[in-house]
Amino acid sequence: MSTERLFSLRNRWFTVSVGLTAAVAVASILIGFVWLPSVQTDAPFTGLWNAICSAAGVPQRWLVSTPVTSRVKTSEVVVTPTMFANADALSVGRGATLALRCSMCHGPQGISQANSPNLAGQYETVIYKQLKDFQTGARTNAVMSPMVATLSDQDMRDLSAYYAYLPKLPAYHPAAQPVPPIVASGSPMRNIAPCASCHGAADHKTGTPWLEGEPVAYIRGQLLAFASGDRHNDISEQMRNVARQMTPAEIEAAARYYSSQP
Amino acid sequence: MLNNKRLVLAHFWFAFATFGVALLLGAWQMYVRSPMHAWLGQPELYYRSVTAHGSVMGYVFPTLIAMGFGYAISELSLEQPLVGKRWAWAGWWLVAVGSITAMIPVSLGRASVLYTFYPPMVGNPFYYIGVVLVVVGSWIWVALMSINLRTWKRANPGKPVPLPMFANVAGSYLWAWTAVGAAVEILFQILPVALGLKSTIDAGLARVFFSWTLHAIVYFWLMPAYIAYYTLVPRAVGGRLYSDAMARISFILFLVVAMPIGIHHLFADPQVGSGFKFLQSVFTALVSVPTLLTVFTICASVEIAGRLRGGRGPFGWLRALPWHEPMMLAVAFSFVMLGFGGAGGLINMSYQLDSTIHNTQWITGHFHLIFGGAIVIMYFAIAYDLWPQLTGRVLTSVKLMRWQLWLWFVGMIVTTFPWHYAGILGMPRRMAYFDYSNPAIAPEAITVDMSLVGALILVASGVLFFIVLARGHRGEAAAPQKFTFSTAVHPPATLPVALNSFGLWIALMITLTVVNYGYPIAQLLALNQTSVPAIYMGGAR
Repeated sequence: MSTERLFSLRNRWFTVSVGLTAAVAVASILIGFVWLPSVQTDAPFTGLWNAICSAAGVPQRWLVSTPVTSRVKTSEVVVTPTMFANADALSVGRGATLALRCSMCHGPQGISQANSPNLAGQYETVIYKQLKDFQTGARTNAVMSPMVATLSDQDMRDLSAYYAYLPKLPAYHPAAQPVPPIVASGSPMRNIAPCASCHGAADHKTGTPWLEGEPVAYIRGQLLAFASGDRHNDISEQMRNVARQMTPAEIEAAARYYSSQP
Repeated sequence: MLNNKRLVLAHFWFAFATFGVALLLGAWQMYVRSPMHAWLGQPELYYRSVTAHGSVMGYVFPTLIAMGFGYAISELSLEQPLVGKRWAWAGWWLVAVGSITAMIPVSLGRASVLYTFYPPMVGNPFYYIGVVLVVVGSWIWVALMSINLRTWKRANPGKPVPLPMFANVAGSYLWAWTAVGAAVEILFQILPVALGLKSTIDAGLARVFFSWTLHAIVYFWLMPAYIAYYTLVPRAVGGRLYSDAMARISFILFLVVAMPIGIHHLFADPQVGSGFKFLQSVFTALVSVPTLLTVFTICASVEIAGRLRGGRGPFGWLRALPWHEPMMLAVAFSFVMLGFGGAGGLINMSYQLDSTIHNTQWITGHFHLIFGGAIVIMYFAIAYDLWPQLTGRVLTSVKLMRWQLWLWFVGMIVTTFPWHYAGILGMPRRMAYFDYSNPAIAPEAITVDMSLVGALILVASGVLFFIVLARGHRGEAAAPQKFTFSTAVHPPATLPVALNSFGLWIALMITLTVVNYGYPIAQLLALNQTSVPAIYMGGAR
């Protein structure tokens, strides 16, 4: 049986392997944490301690300045997939009463005869977000803005629950038509995600409306408003970035396609 | 003497069956991305397929090969019956059940998060539970390898551990430690979110934990191939292993420096300091040392075979080599692919050069060359070498085996070289489709077509592989010859303790991990407001 002790300073294998490993580690730490950062002349790197901290990834305040406040009002609404999970019949009933004032444009059953959006069966989160945005001024409309001015938060939740509860547009079956490329695939090189990746078919994201059967004029109008920046309540400019890149033909194709879908 | 043939066969067949499915998925992915196919209307299908392909090829297939080969090595090289046979079967069942548990939600589109998980994307909990079961099954194997070695050592005090078992156990210890990162990520970060106990996740920290696993897992995949280089190739080509000590040092170096280097996968991640990126870049560079040692030793061993067969002069021995032997072809192809893949890897691991190819198709090309090419072709060779022992029948389709290996080599080159080129052109990886009509992308279209041709060649090779193995079960029965591993030119009579045990190397591996990962992990754990809302795949969001 071997009596050789491994963890001993007299064992060459031990001293050489530990020594070499330590030497490589120390040398690379010195290069990576001291020498390389010292080449930088920015304030956060000056001095030994700053260099080590920045190389280690310690968060530092680089720039101290007051944030610029925007003159443009943007959306402050936060919606989550589960925020309407507990809507009850009472809420739907209150919403139905409140909705009497909406029926002139959005139709008595939430289906518009006036190129206003159909609301019947729309997601609660979508209606709630738009109502909120109209109230805060993030989205403006000559008709809608005064209509929502006096609504409470609960009123808006009730209205959302009511419209989501209504049955969607009655089924109709137009001739099958090809899906426009902009809807199915977007345009990767122009940074346009497919419409279907948020508005349904491929995937759906909270706060995004379904568009099937909405009036052509409404969809086209909103895309143009996003493109020009007149409408700016989309979070992180998601829709503005998309719409600005779309060609007029693509806007028309997307609007026509969605409005003709059941 | 191989007693547990059914155990090893069960591992190999389950491994190759999953490999066959994943291979077809890979070819389908190439097809739908190519200009031959219209844009995929449901890109989610592509990511579903990538998740299945990656999970099988990354977790299930190599793990089962390492386990099955490991059990075979334990019995064949230690010449003692496997201790813990029931536990070994339990491990196999865990891997099998885990694979199926994971693949059900993936097939349903409930876990299209790719095999690297990518929080804040969170999939169905059963996907992660399945992966954990696979890992737990493999940890049983790690324990059994350690126990079997200890049993042998007790019976043979002071004798040198046979090289195959030494390497095998080194690989198992490397895996045991490297799997800890992903296990911590799944158990403490992802699963609580997937189960709905939390709704936010620290994606940056999760990525650091995954990088802990992500690089050394490749060396775990590599281990069976390296064991085959050292202990099967010299014997199969009629030579001698040039140096037993060099082999041990290589495996030891893998154990020590393969682990704490994964942050080179995070060069573009802002949550890790540049100092640690540099540090791990240096250690990544060191991993080329055991690989270069191996290339040298194996070339020298093969040269011995060539000269024994009458080859002369500086290159004459090459012509004298037994090129008709499948193992000879496999090791030659494997080295060529390892060479190209390794050269590309040196670019990936350089902090600055990486920025030109980070997250491009180049990376996909790199790891397919190394894993799909250099490693998997040795898995084929291992199967061919062991099959007669496992089935008790002669493998007669030698011509078919040569065709299979040639096709795999050619197919992998044709698949991956255009990927490298496309990556240099800037083609991003993980894309379900490309707009080839755009003038900026049009030049890349031809490269995807070429890769598709490569993928089809690979499928053809895969079909041949299954034909060879299936024929092996129906060939003429013959008592197999006693299985031997390569003999070294100077077989070790005694060894220094350092080359015959793992204590020092495991200590160094853990210490280096603490040095290289300790601060980034501690910092991210301590920082507030580093979590982001989880994005549930296939759910409301």
